[in-house]
Amino acid sequence: MKWISHGGGSVVILEVIAKGAEATLYKELWNDIVVVRKQRLPKKYRHPQLDNYIRRTRTVTEAKLMFEARKLGVPTPTIYDVDIDNCIIRMEYITGTRLREYMDDIIHSSKYEVLTKIFETLGIYAGRLHTNGIAHGDLTTSNVIVSDSTLVLIDFGLGTYAKDLESHGVDIHLLLRSLESTHYSIASICFKHFIKGYSREVGEEYANKVVERVHEIRARARYVEERIRKRDFI
Amino acid sequence: MKRKVTVLGIESTAHTFGVGIATSEGEILANVNYVYTFEKGIHPREAAEHHSSVAHKAVKEALDKAGLSIHEIDAIAIALGPGLGPCLRIGATVARALSLYFNKPLVPVNHCVAHIEIARLTTGAEDPLVVYVSGGNTIVSAFVDGRYRVFGETLDIALGNCIDAFAREVGLPQPGVPNVEKMAERGSKYIPLPYVVKGQDLSFSGLLTMALRKVREGERLEDVCFSLIETAYSMLAEVAERALAHTKKKQLVLTGGVARSRRLQEMLREVAAEHGAEFHVVPPEYAGDNGAMIAWCGVLAYIHGVTIPVEESCIRQRWRLDEVDIPWRR
Repeated sequence: MKWISHGGGSVVILEVIAKGAEATLYKELWNDIVVVRKQRLPKKYRHPQLDNYIRRTRTVTEAKLMFEARKLGVPTPTIYDVDIDNCIIRMEYITGTRLREYMDDIIHSSKYEVLTKIFETLGIYAGRLHTNGIAHGDLTTSNVIVSDSTLVLIDFGLGTYAKDLESHGVDIHLLLRSLESTHYSIASICFKHFIKGYSREVGEEYANKVVERVHEIRARARYVEERIRKRDFI
Repeated sequence: MKRKVTVLGIESTAHTFGVGIATSEGEILANVNYVYTFEKGIHPREAAEHHSSVAHKAVKEALDKAGLSIHEIDAIAIALGPGLGPCLRIGATVARALSLYFNKPLVPVNHCVAHIEIARLTTGAEDPLVVYVSGGNTIVSAFVDGRYRVFGETLDIALGNCIDAFAREVGLPQPGVPNVEKMAERGSKYIPLPYVVKGQDLSFSGLLTMALRKVREGERLEDVCFSLIETAYSMLAEVAERALAHTKKKQLVLTGGVARSRRLQEMLREVAAEHGAEFHVVPPEYAGDNGAMIAWCGVLAYIHGVTIPVEESCIRQRWRLDEVDIPWRR
């Protein structure tokens, strides 16, 4: 399949929404629609050849995976345009709050039951992606937008087509890691509900295997005391 | 005003036996380090033999340098891990002996925390995102909720280890990083090598294997060195950048032995500038393993009541950074 950028038309950048590590997000008026323009700008610190390769492949893969996810009923922003040469994806502008910031507010108001529902749904979405051979690649609480009552998954830039336990385990490991590093106090309860939803989608047997793999991935990291106690959970 | 506290710290987690003396006013009164040199990687037993042969003079020199007698020291800090068992045991034995004989409290210090704390002290960065890179560790960390949380780390070998091992295999002298970098300066062709970033974590073992294969296949060594350095540092810079964007910290600090690398400094400086963060590098004398950082971290721990009875002071080869409570930053 060849992606063709429509180019031309009117383009007005309205504001910079966020400057991530990977790309810069702009709110843009593109052919009279308000869109998000995700652009992977060159990194000066990287060798140009390496930089070019990374930016191009991630742009193409991301667009494809977002489209696939949407077909599976996992909400992602609609894609309007892909401009490979400039490493730009134009997509639907979603109004909402990132899950990470949303959780900060929840912690202050102690409305934890809202979170259990959210993480169960997120578990279902992750499970559906995995069952269909997609790994998100960077499943963190920063990459989920809470928009009204919908959860929208964004940033598939590190995603891959993957059917293997390892890639699925890495996804779940990253989510758990992001929970532990930013919302340590409620990480385990959120994770429990995530797994509940996840199991529903992939089946309990596979879910157990993935959780087991998460332990294994963590034990692989250097100096893990878990490694010594490994026999305890297998 | 609180009384001034003086702590003597001992480092012996890997190739360095170091003794430092620091005070609660942030002064480093002594930093004496003896480094076991090697051509074919660290042999743990030989390194331990080296440490036990220099231990007594390192302690004496540190005290002389500080102009203090052992009686003026308030506590003995010891890096109990992570590190190589035989090496750790030498430092621990010396520390326990000093503690028991002179009746000084023993303060357990995590080596990784010490690298971070000495960087905070010497650069003045109060709440940074830390990139800690050495021959044994590759960690991107920041302080959240009472601990130094790990935002990204290597899943297999350390960055320094990857480059050192490459240098060894192709016959470049140790230490590997500066020598490979020197060679890389004369390289020009970029050879694609495995760029492995898994979310926030890194993997360098495939990169090492492939770089060695390229040398065997007849690529110019200069070009392979160049490509290896560029790929490995870009991976780390990317993870650092992602963590900076995620944590929104306003300072980026580079610490650990590989912090001396000019190219890595250059890349991370760009990353920091990109995100409006200040960039700091730990001074060279505190980059590699050293006794002063253990002493300083020992001061922080000791004034917050962290001590350990000698009989419980086991070494901990796999003691993770994020297992340590940090009471001094509450």
